[in-house]
Amino acid sequence: MREGALAKYTKKTLMYLFLILASLLSIFPLYWSFISAFNNTQQILGGRMIPSVYLVQNIQNLFEQQDVFTALKNSFATSILQTVVALAVSSIAGYGFEIYHDKAKDSVMSILMLAMMVPFVAVLVPLFQMFTQAGLINSWIGFILPSISTPFLIMYFRNSARSFPRDTLEAARIDGLNEFQIFVRMFVPMMRPTYAAAATITFMNAWNAYLWPKVIMQTNDSITMPMMVANLMGGYVIDYGVVMAGVTICSLPTVIIFFVLQKSFTNAVAGAVK
Amino acid sequence: MTNAVSSPKKRRLSMHQKQSLAGWAFLAPATLLIFVLSFYPMFSALLTSFKRGRPTALEWSDPLIRNYQFMLRDKVFLQSVTNTLTYLIIQVPIMLALAVIFASLLNNRNLKLRGLFRTCIFLPCATGLVAYSMIFRTLFTYDGMINNVLLRFGIISEAINWLNDPVYAKAVIIIGLIWRWTGYNMVFYLSAMQSIEYSIYEAARIDGANGLQQLTRITIPLLRPIILVTAIMSTNGTLQLFDESVNLTRGGPGNMTITMSHYIYNTMFTKNPNFGYAAAMSFVILVMVAVLAAIQMKVGDKR
Repeated sequence: MREGALAKYTKKTLMYLFLILASLLSIFPLYWSFISAFNNTQQILGGRMIPSVYLVQNIQNLFEQQDVFTALKNSFATSILQTVVALAVSSIAGYGFEIYHDKAKDSVMSILMLAMMVPFVAVLVPLFQMFTQAGLINSWIGFILPSISTPFLIMYFRNSARSFPRDTLEAARIDGLNEFQIFVRMFVPMMRPTYAAAATITFMNAWNAYLWPKVIMQTNDSITMPMMVANLMGGYVIDYGVVMAGVTICSLPTVIIFFVLQKSFTNAVAGAVK
Repeated sequence: MTNAVSSPKKRRLSMHQKQSLAGWAFLAPATLLIFVLSFYPMFSALLTSFKRGRPTALEWSDPLIRNYQFMLRDKVFLQSVTNTLTYLIIQVPIMLALAVIFASLLNNRNLKLRGLFRTCIFLPCATGLVAYSMIFRTLFTYDGMINNVLLRFGIISEAINWLNDPVYAKAVIIIGLIWRWTGYNMVFYLSAMQSIEYSIYEAARIDGANGLQQLTRITIPLLRPIILVTAIMSTNGTLQLFDESVNLTRGGPGNMTITMSHYIYNTMFTKNPNFGYAAAMSFVILVMVAVLAAIQMKVGDKR
């Protein structure tokens, strides 16, 4: 019996050690990049684990080398625009598919779901050709257009529309609201948590997007944050303090969203599969 | 009399039709966008894959499958397929296994600091792919922190050239991918575990089932559908790997870590862009995604 208790105790300790190790490894790269924004190249490569005094200098150098304001402006504009438009277009579609569902609409929905299996890179060449012809290169519209109607978001909102009470719908109709008014005045306010969750994940995806922006945002004026960060390692002599300052500025918005809206974000990640 | 009966019925029907029409109007913009920006380009890519020439003067190639024939002789393309499949075969199983283990450990209600552990393991998802590629490149650079720490503790006797060695460079990409995505998959499993009756585990424990048995006999069978979904998603994502190849290893050394998407991008944006060939290669990815998803669904259904 004593031996059993001892084995159990050892097992428990090992489990905690395993989880602590995993947690430390998970947070280390982000922690290290953050404190490295305070350090110079020599300290960073040497493996200094605590902040030093070079933050202001690193940020000054970063702003001298790169057009950070333009990148921030473009990233915030495209990410916010994409979030707002994607939520509007996809949520009303998900609502339409669920509330008015019949055989025809259900089959359209299953066709749309197939688009989930189309890798983005497989449509890259035609999209680039189409967008060049339409004059959408270097524009915010061109940036957001491929990502505002996604099967993922449509399915997410269709699933949540399932919990929209039929009584509310019927009562609103009797009160004389038309179908669009019911969506805007009843569904949207009721589904605020769903919108918050979808917004977190859409914003993060837009903020971190790289392949499509790299294809379509070709001038210095249309550069986004990930593209700017990627440029920081271009030269022969790399100032790692500047790189880490850039990485930190690029990561801050998504890390803040992660901590402030963690519950929404978690729901969004797992939500569409339920 | 007939009139009195049919009139309200007719009105109800027309109201129903009106509502159905409203539904169509609601889903039309999103549906149209997916057709125009996903399905149409997919077929357009297939057509382009049979063409050759400058982007502004594409013409049918002769024979039509010339781009596909060229692929089989293109060493860089074949290397990119090998690299991508290497990442897939090594990274996805390790990552999903780790995610299941973390999720089942964190599902234990008696565990202290559950929330903190979950937040830590999930945190890498808050980092952008380019940002973390830069962090890992800095960590693993030749005179970088990893080498310095390993040397200081005497774990290695001379610095490893992580990013300039074909095997180590691939390992760094795989480590990066596991770091970035394990917590993401864990969240799916934790969410699915909430619908498993916790009393099943308590009953199993009373019956003397140890942790491993609970994992293999209860958790994994019940999670099978969601494991299948995550496996398909991870496969899809890994076959499209781009950011890490471009920023972490730059495809090097000598194309030994380049991914298919990276090579496709390079083919599109060089001095002599070849859209036909890029489209043909991207179509290969489409087929690979479809075939692997079909295989996974077949295997996932049987077991």
